[in-house]
Amino acid sequence: MASDGSGLRIFVTVGAQMPFDRLVLGVDTWAADHPGHEVFAQIGPGAQLPTTIAYTEFLEPPQFRERVEWCDVLVAHAGMGSILTALQHGKPVLVMPRRGDLRETRNDHQIATAERFRAMEKVAVAMDEHELPGQLDRIGEMDAAGRISEFASPALIDAVRAFIHGG
Amino acid sequence: MTAGHPPKPRRILAIASGGGHWVQLLRLRPAFEGCEVTFASVRPAYADDIPEERFVTIPDATRWDRVRLLRMMFRVAWLVWRLRPDVIISTGAAPGYVAIRLGKLIGAKTVWLDSIANVEQVSLSGQKIGPHADLWLTQWEHLATDETQPEYRGAVI
Repeated sequence: MASDGSGLRIFVTVGAQMPFDRLVLGVDTWAADHPGHEVFAQIGPGAQLPTTIAYTEFLEPPQFRERVEWCDVLVAHAGMGSILTALQHGKPVLVMPRRGDLRETRNDHQIATAERFRAMEKVAVAMDEHELPGQLDRIGEMDAAGRISEFASPALIDAVRAFIHGG
Repeated sequence: MTAGHPPKPRRILAIASGGGHWVQLLRLRPAFEGCEVTFASVRPAYADDIPEERFVTIPDATRWDRVRLLRMMFRVAWLVWRLRPDVIISTGAAPGYVAIRLGKLIGAKTVWLDSIANVEQVSLSGQKIGPHADLWLTQWEHLATDETQPEYRGAVI
């Protein structure tokens, strides 16, 4: 909770492709015990429905950007669309990786993504639903990693540009 | 090209599937300056991300769904054939694979940038398409191990 006791605006997003009930229902349970925060979740197709928090299945990009602007902090699956959008808007983001063995995605790549971006101090991580409530308790203390540029690193831009115009 | 005439702008097809693939493709835009770019991806609303640019919607498909995969392949084939791009660049996944394979047939130069999400190993589609692309890039230096693997030239962040 924020140090001044005020409520936070929390945007939960799981991407467009599939639901991620462990994350959404974990936040839903936590939110029931922590009224005073305003939570809005994008839960994906065919998800189990939350009972406490507001939600929608899918957001088109303009509405998605509005929600990112609206929130104080994001809680997301460890997908690159969610992580990069949060960082581009300079918002702190807590991620929880999907797991391949639970068929939440095709493999465990989100676990490696989460660990690597945590090591770079770009995101906070809850590895699973058991770590989630503790991380959510501290969500008001999270600092944004610093807004990243809208574009790729100059080195990569130069390499692609040189390839396009070379030979 | 004759002296005194400016060179014709390069025609580029920049193609990706949705979510993180699309967000990463957008981050390469400065590299396309001065070129005639067509962006292609799987959701019509993505056009709002690039109001000044040409955008084409293609069917979404993964390699796990054959019917949708075929529809996507036909649409991408038509797009490549009509556009005749000089350069095709993709950040993944399935539509980029198809575009690069077909692009080689019409003599386009091709770039595959593996997603930054692939931290521990190059993606499966990257392993398959990488050797066919003229420029095959990973965003993680530790994955650029030898000449059978992609090059590292920086990342989207």
